Amino acid sequence: MSDPTSAPRITALHKVHEEAGATLVDFAGWLMPLRYSSETAEHTAVREAAGLFDLSHMGEIRLTGPQAAEALDHALVGFLSKVKVGRARYTMITAEDGGVLDDLIVYRLAEDEYLVVANAANVPVVASALAERAAGFDVEVADESAAYSLIAIQGPRAVEILAPLTDADLDEIRYYAGYEHTVAGVPVLLARTGYTGEDGFEIFVKPADKAPEIWAALMAEGAPHGLVPAGLSSRDTLRMEAGMPLYGQELTSELTPFDAGLGRVVKFDKTGDFVGRAALEEASRTSRERRLIGLASRGRRPLRKGQDVLRDGAVVGVTTSGAPSPTLGRPIAMAYVDGDLDTATGSFTVDVRGRGEEVDVVELPFYKRQP
Amino acid sequence: MSVPTELGYTAKHEWVAVEDGIATVGITAFAAEALGDIVYVESPEVGSEVAAGDTAGEVESTKSVSDIYSPVSGEIVEVNAALEDAPETINSAPFEGGWLFKVRISEEPANLLSAEEYTKLTEGEN
Repeated sequence: MSDPTSAPRITALHKVHEEAGATLVDFAGWLMPLRYSSETAEHTAVREAAGLFDLSHMGEIRLTGPQAAEALDHALVGFLSKVKVGRARYTMITAEDGGVLDDLIVYRLAEDEYLVVANAANVPVVASALAERAAGFDVEVADESAAYSLIAIQGPRAVEILAPLTDADLDEIRYYAGYEHTVAGVPVLLARTGYTGEDGFEIFVKPADKAPEIWAALMAEGAPHGLVPAGLSSRDTLRMEAGMPLYGQELTSELTPFDAGLGRVVKFDKTGDFVGRAALEEASRTSRERRLIGLASRGRRPLRKGQDVLRDGAVVGVTTSGAPSPTLGRPIAMAYVDGDLDTATGSFTVDVRGRGEEVDVVELPFYKRQP
Repeated sequence: MSVPTELGYTAKHEWVAVEDGIATVGITAFAAEALGDIVYVESPEVGSEVAAGDTAGEVESTKSVSDIYSPVSGEIVEVNAALEDAPETINSAPFEGGWLFKVRISEEPANLLSAEEYTKLTEGEN
């Protein structure tokens, strides 16, 4: 956790955000752009053109050494030794009891080198857990979060904006792949990943202070294509529409990946023991206590996290995230309900400060881009 | 940021215009900008009585829910029905089309801030 008594940290792009008129907020101990102008316009730009995000608050932890792969197989729930060089995996790190400590994207940079990307608020927990769990392996664990900036360009026009600025053949970079390339002449890790439900790239910049050059080059190239800087507010509604979980809301240390409906990330078929295996095997056998569902309101009042979900007047669950969806034009929420609940019949409402708002149960994700 | 000189203001970022015993109430451009995109307005009931300082509805943005406090006492005589379909008018025209409700005042409003005083207050919060 961040120390509330200390001033929030700023990213290498802080001046750029100030000059762009961003509304800045303290997020996980970092002063980050919430929005630059209208968050709804930023959301729509990402769906229809492209948006540029500063994600430098995220953490980057590097594992290097002959047993890097084995160490990660032991430390995380995924089968990281199976990941090919240049590819990435969405995975999780759990406690011994199976509770989720963070969700992660892990890039395999070389046979003996991985980069683990963690949520800002969890970096200290993840870095120390990885160091502790890697102790018996021939591997070096280094928290390089402070050395990196992270810029994401997301949206259907991301490819054409980025193409003239990079030495990479973007057609060769598949979804969930990442390689060393240059952007605006700066060496970076260029990955086709994101958190918006759109095509796009994440650009890991080291040293961090090279980020403004890349940002400026992307803005100059992208503005005629409709590229706008986008803040955390639109990032949240974009990921919600895409049905993507957010640590602290859909994922917590109180839940196993199975509780969150994400049991597929747990790989029991890997060799050797891993932290949480016994508890997770148990969790996979016992019927899921909860299930994550999507709700779309019939009214206009926004749904928010922490609101009771009722079926025919009886409480059956609670919302974990909620917001007005710019793409659907209706308020949406994600909610945990009892695992065996029949969601096909009955009338569902969400208790919004004492008033029952009628909602429809809908398939997640709320939004899926056309391939 | 614009702060029309002919209006009265509260420290909670409402504005008031009184004409012929009817007070029109809205939120300021400063408040609308701070809230972000406004997506929902809960209006008070027409015919209900409010006292100065009472909550009289809610304004919700993408990220927040804010109570609206009536700066005046009296009876709600009209609410801005156009906001139901177009709550974003509060962002685009907070002092005009984005007004929230009208009150037939039972007493002259007291303790309102002038535009100059309100501007000074928001500069302190910026």
